[in-house]
Amino acid sequence: MSEKINASADAPLRNIYHFDEATHEIALSTHNLHVFYGDNEALTEGDLQFERYKITALIGASGSGKSTFLRSLNRMNDGIARVEGEIRYRDLDINSNQIDVYEMRRHIGMVFQRPNPFAKSIYDNITFALKQRGVRNKQRLDEIVETSLRQAAMWDQVKDELHQSALALSGGQQQRLCIARAIAMEPDILLLDEPASALDPVATSQIEDTLLQLKEKYTIIIVTHNMQQAARISDYTAFFHLGKVLEYDEARKIFTRPKVAITNDYISGNFG
Amino acid sequence: MNAKTADKIATAVFYAIAGSVILILAFLLGYILISGFPKLTWQFLTTPAKAFTAGGGIGIQLFNSFYLLLLAMLISFPIALGAGIYLNEYAKQNWLTTIIRTAIEILSSLPSVVVGLFGFLLFVVHMKMGFSILSGALALTFFNLPLLTRSIEGSLAAIPNLQREAGLALGLSRWETVTHVILPAAVPSILTGVILSAGRVFGEAAALIYTSGQSAPALNFGDWNPFNISSPLNPMRPAETLAVHIWKINSEGIMPDASAVSAGSSAVLVLAVLLFNFLARWLGRRLYHRLTSATN
Ligand SMILES: Nc1ncnc2c1ncn2[C@@H]1O[C@H](COP(=O)(O)OP(=O)(O)O)[C@@H](O)[C@H]1O
Ligand SMILES: [Mg+2]
Repeated sequence: MSEKINASADAPLRNIYHFDEATHEIALSTHNLHVFYGDNEALTEGDLQFERYKITALIGASGSGKSTFLRSLNRMNDGIARVEGEIRYRDLDINSNQIDVYEMRRHIGMVFQRPNPFAKSIYDNITFALKQRGVRNKQRLDEIVETSLRQAAMWDQVKDELHQSALALSGGQQQRLCIARAIAMEPDILLLDEPASALDPVATSQIEDTLLQLKEKYTIIIVTHNMQQAARISDYTAFFHLGKVLEYDEARKIFTRPKVAITNDYISGNFG
Repeated sequence: MNAKTADKIATAVFYAIAGSVILILAFLLGYILISGFPKLTWQFLTTPAKAFTAGGGIGIQLFNSFYLLLLAMLISFPIALGAGIYLNEYAKQNWLTTIIRTAIEILSSLPSVVVGLFGFLLFVVHMKMGFSILSGALALTFFNLPLLTRSIEGSLAAIPNLQREAGLALGLSRWETVTHVILPAAVPSILTGVILSAGRVFGEAAALIYTSGQSAPALNFGDWNPFNISSPLNPMRPAETLAVHIWKINSEGIMPDASAVSAGSSAVLVLAVLLFNFLARWLGRRLYHRLTSATN
């Protein structure tokens, strides 16, 4: 970071990494994505590929369009914003209106900024959506509850109180329950929008550990405003600025030798 | 005058205003309860009224009040629930919903005597239902529907959007999310709203005078076939309620103990409404606690 690359006049304005699809498996990619809130175009350029079983972090100043982009990926912006362009998942354009959105969301799960457990027991929080999908076998449900809570690293803490209200858990535990609830659906891809921003440092680092474990099985895309967090956990990092992705690269490159001047400004804490 | 004294004076004035409101309320309640208290016997609560002699009770009126309340709630609750869900969960902001909301607003500020006369013309006269429990229950529905709809809409609106997003993000449909996530979470507050509106309905007189009528024919409490004319359940019989009874005694009662009966009836009415209010608070808190507590 001490290198003063942003001084050079020929520093590029954009630098977007493209994967060699022969050697990298792409779980999700966006093409020509534009998102409008009414007449306001909140996302003007967002062409990204996400590699399977990796953690990709989306960073950028507040209002730069990270959430807008992320929420478009599993159509949570339906009815809120107009999303144009293509989102490719398994040879499908999931942004097309032929897609069964509810089915798609079971493959692409989401965890939100504020923990939002249902006003139900811990057990019901995890099994409820599964039951709606027809999983009725009690033994199977018990298994799923245990594995998803283990994967979210909270089984040992709550295994004796599965039938107590989830609202009685601490904020950090509620957030991990939300992660468990999302992965109980066995999604391919997990989207997280600043999942630790409402939590204390201890809970935050637990969530980070959890995510590092989870990437063995899931493709993770996480929005964070915490630069250390992005550097610690992500394999790839995308830098958003004023509704555009200005730089996308391996995380270690972004955090040591960014090619775009504005990225450098941002990660050195000059704005944001 | 400096800011500090101004502040002190303002505080004192507000305390005085609040205090006088409480005093008036306490005086009113105390007066009604104390003057009615001597009448509050089991016999008074269970025997029929007497038109010309002393010693009549309010048994039939009390039963009528509860029966009408039950019927009115059975009709209005599903409609209000549906309307509340539509308005809060599905309706977009457009001219149609603006009209609906304005209509509800106007309906809820309609004087109940107007609702009563409307019910008289429509149900009693035009649809030939006569002075009957059914006419009364329908009039009460008109009276109750706007406020109950607004209260249910408010209960649903109080559930944070995060809960809806949580359901949708798990691949649940909008309807599944509403029925299995939003409604259960809103139950404590919906229930509180229902019971509070039940209190209002229970004490309502003007909407009933010309719909369910001012007479309380003798009932045979051994006959529960709703098609028999003397059955308490018959919805086509006229049914004077407790609130209407109080109005009637005070305007044209000729029994010798009219004022005592009126005082006793008023005390029962006030007690019932108070009971509804406390029940609403207690049940709402308890249910909420149950949903959020660690001990299931
Ligand atoms: N629901 C919405 N309606 C209208 N504008 C919105 C909405 N959500 C976000 N925006 C606008 O879109 C832009 C990007 O916001 P957002 O995606 O939330 O940024 P970030 O997550 O990077 O902080 C901002 O200008 C914001 O005001
Ligand atoms: Mg955001």
